Amino acid sequence: MSTVRRILNLFSRSKLEQEIDAEIRSHVEMRMADNMAAGMSPEQARRDALIRFGNRTVMRERIAAADAELAFDAVARDLRYAARQLRRSPAFTITALLTLTLGIGANVVVFSVLNALVLKPLDVPQPSGLYNVVHKAQGYDSQSYPDYLDFQRRNATFSDMAAYQIQNAGLTTGNAAYKCWYYRVSGNYFDMLGVQPAQGRLFHTSDEKGPNSAPYIVLSNDFWRTHFNSDPDIVGTTVDINKHPFTVIGVAPGAFHGTDVFLWPDFWMPIVDSPDDEGANFFSNRGMHNIWILGKLKPGVTPQQASDNLNFIARELARQYPASDDDLSARLVKPGLMGDQLGDPARSFLAGIMLLAFLVLLAACANLASLFAARTADRSRELTIRLAIGSSRWQVLRQLLTEAVLISVLGGALGTIFSTALLDALTGWQPFAEFPVHVAVSPDPKVYLVALLLAVGSGIVWGLVPVRQIWATNSAQVMKSGAAGTIVFRRLAFRDLLLGAQIMLCTLLVTSSFVALRGMQHSLHAPVGFRPQGVILAETDLHMGGHSDASSTLIQKRMLQEAGRIPGVTAVGIIDETPLGTGGSSTLVYRMGTTEFRASNSAFGAKYFSISPGYLEAAGTHLMTGRDFTWHDDAKASRVAIVNETFARAMFGNESALGLRFTMGDKVPNEIVGVVENGKYESLTESPWAAMFFPLDQNPDTDTSLVVRSQLPPGEIVPALHRVLAQIDPSLPFVFHSWPDALAFVLFPARVATASLGVMGLLAAMLAVTGVFGMAMYSVSKRIKEFGIRVALGAQPVRLMRSALGRPLLLLLSGSGAGLLLGAMASQLLAQIVYQATPRDPVVFAGVMTTMALLGFVATWIPAQRALRVHPAELLRQE
Amino acid sequence: MARNDLQGSLDLLVLKTLSQMGELHGYGIVLHIQRASDELLSVEEGSLYPALHRMEQSGWIRSEWKVTETNRKAKYYKLTTAGQKELLKAEKSFEQLIKGIRAILRYA
Repeated sequence: MSTVRRILNLFSRSKLEQEIDAEIRSHVEMRMADNMAAGMSPEQARRDALIRFGNRTVMRERIAAADAELAFDAVARDLRYAARQLRRSPAFTITALLTLTLGIGANVVVFSVLNALVLKPLDVPQPSGLYNVVHKAQGYDSQSYPDYLDFQRRNATFSDMAAYQIQNAGLTTGNAAYKCWYYRVSGNYFDMLGVQPAQGRLFHTSDEKGPNSAPYIVLSNDFWRTHFNSDPDIVGTTVDINKHPFTVIGVAPGAFHGTDVFLWPDFWMPIVDSPDDEGANFFSNRGMHNIWILGKLKPGVTPQQASDNLNFIARELARQYPASDDDLSARLVKPGLMGDQLGDPARSFLAGIMLLAFLVLLAACANLASLFAARTADRSRELTIRLAIGSSRWQVLRQLLTEAVLISVLGGALGTIFSTALLDALTGWQPFAEFPVHVAVSPDPKVYLVALLLAVGSGIVWGLVPVRQIWATNSAQVMKSGAAGTIVFRRLAFRDLLLGAQIMLCTLLVTSSFVALRGMQHSLHAPVGFRPQGVILAETDLHMGGHSDASSTLIQKRMLQEAGRIPGVTAVGIIDETPLGTGGSSTLVYRMGTTEFRASNSAFGAKYFSISPGYLEAAGTHLMTGRDFTWHDDAKASRVAIVNETFARAMFGNESALGLRFTMGDKVPNEIVGVVENGKYESLTESPWAAMFFPLDQNPDTDTSLVVRSQLPPGEIVPALHRVLAQIDPSLPFVFHSWPDALAFVLFPARVATASLGVMGLLAAMLAVTGVFGMAMYSVSKRIKEFGIRVALGAQPVRLMRSALGRPLLLLLSGSGAGLLLGAMASQLLAQIVYQATPRDPVVFAGVMTTMALLGFVATWIPAQRALRVHPAELLRQE
Repeated sequence: MARNDLQGSLDLLVLKTLSQMGELHGYGIVLHIQRASDELLSVEEGSLYPALHRMEQSGWIRSEWKVTETNRKAKYYKLTTAGQKELLKAEKSFEQLIKGIRAILRYA
């Protein structure tokens, strides 16, 4: 028999069965003939012949089962049977499909994000063995250039080590000017990563011949396509970067987006160039931490060996340069998350969400398990008959499992299709106009594999629930008493536990989303140390217009004058970088009288800002005591500072800080002339930072954020501002936005957390509704006869309701209670991401309780109606 | 072990029958084994047909629909070359089994 025929047999079952039938028939006839010849009556002869075969259907199955394709065939048969069963109960099938689509879809989305951001190696040609070298202290990730060179030269464990830095600049070509984000990278950067140019060439270590020796840039493929129209002759063209000429020497391949997961640069520039005029300071100052180190391990070297090696070097450096390096240490982290700044929050948040998504799927499984168990109970007659005619329990179980897995895989496929669409949309999304932030999370094969595993796994989990039922089935008992006989309503069934667990999970998720929502609401109204409402920001970097730090104050003064003259403007000020913007810088401060200026002798680290007179008023920052700066606080006057309350308290305790002095690494004393309220400087969840403000004239900076407070709508003030600023220097690119909009960046993590928790909570709520609904509906339909009799005997509707819905409601209540408790515990985790996330908030408590009560009401309304509308007469007629 | 050996002995009986009788249908095999064993062994129909199908799938026997002497249609089975080899193997392993059982019975 050819293989082709065997396979064909699978699909034309009936043909094989017919042949088996014919063979058996011929056997029986021959036996009959012999029996009759031996003197039996025809009836006896036939009976004897048939008895020898036993059950003919079982016989046929056994013969067919002897087929070499036995397993495959049995699966095909089970699948066909399962499909038929599922078609026969569309309500169950659709509910199950929907539940699984949501449950698995949610997991696929979350896993893809987790995979793209945390699990997947960097998208470079040779990603293995790449690590960012950061400090041991969390959140302290950047290094100085001289330290980088020492690490690179002295280590024995890395095959190479590159440095890079993300910067922004104005790029002018012809008469178009763009604000760009780019990487300054060491010469070995491309070679270490194994990147090959798409056009022209890349730069190498040999191009580095001292400061500003290599005025070349390599464009990113995207930037080349969008801003240079894929110009094939781009190589050799000259562009201006912050007014300095640079030659385009090549274009990077389309798949290479730099070494950061989120921030994709527009071009790369050798680190020896510095269009920011940082000049010599950058190359020699060990205290200037502003680059990231990316290293590639030698083959066979473990990360532990490498970090031991680097820490040894760090200790050497600390001995050599105690002033700057005495706290130097090294730690290796997975690259791509801005040093590791985004590493910990991203990891813990994604792990948390993944856990929640998994809980949603578990809840979905619990939901389906109880539905399936109920369905199996309803089918107990069918199953018993199958057992009675000789199916093994294993066969019946396999059949049920096939049904469960079939549905799960279908649901998984649907879920994956929907989530792929969602993920593709997410990949194309750029959340911030002014940052080149990308969230490339398209699913890869690993994601599909996980989806399949989840689908099959969940199918098995909920398909196995009726096992006990099947094993406990006593055929004779069921045949006698009918289908309803096996269902015991008195004791707490396994199903009830499942439903209870499911409601608990649901409440947990609903609680989490409420906590996050409340936290979000708090963040929007939290005191941040300034009043963003009604303020328009105009941001630029004067470097882009070719101005230096020293000459920038003049231009800034003119900007303030011109902007202040616009009718309707009530206050203007300038700050170098707005708080809650892209980070801001911090430095160590020392008490007066410190003799040795090393990190361990410092008082604390403080954020510092340069502000113009009038900034505090424009920003709405409340001056507690002392005075604002004036234009007389200039380079010729003695150095002054305004500090915040945290600073004052940390440095001077309860003493009034006015007139007191402190110093920094430059050893020059600063006299405190004012104290302002505390604020938020980096993120909404940070613990209070010490902060200090210096007058622009004494601490000039080209970074300029013009803060304009006015009563005018943004639509009027922005064009007016644009006009006056363009008159000062038409080549300066400005970014205008309202201050609340600019805060989107710091609110982003909380927004994402709230949105994802909201979606999870919604999914869980839907599952809880279907779960409670299914359970209540089922219990009502099973007892409808009993209710009919009770109604006929004059039972009160209330009592009827109690017995119909008592159990689902009890489950709802206890499940919710447990879930709320769990939610309260889980919220401790949330507090790290969402500002002031606390479950001990009466609004959260009330919200969760109301939601669960509403869910319960929605889920039990229809079953209750059905129980109440029982017509005894109709019921009697049915039987 | 027990199950395999019982199945093995049914295979052996069928293969031996076919090698002696040439071509035979299922019913004929049942009768032959009964007769040849002096009614000591009786093959159950319920086991025979699955066994025949399995052996056919393994390529030990071939089947063909033919007409019997009494003018009935029946499926006739015939040993293949692979089946003859299998028979030799089965005979050998059966003899070893018997030897083993005898040895145990003697010392038990």
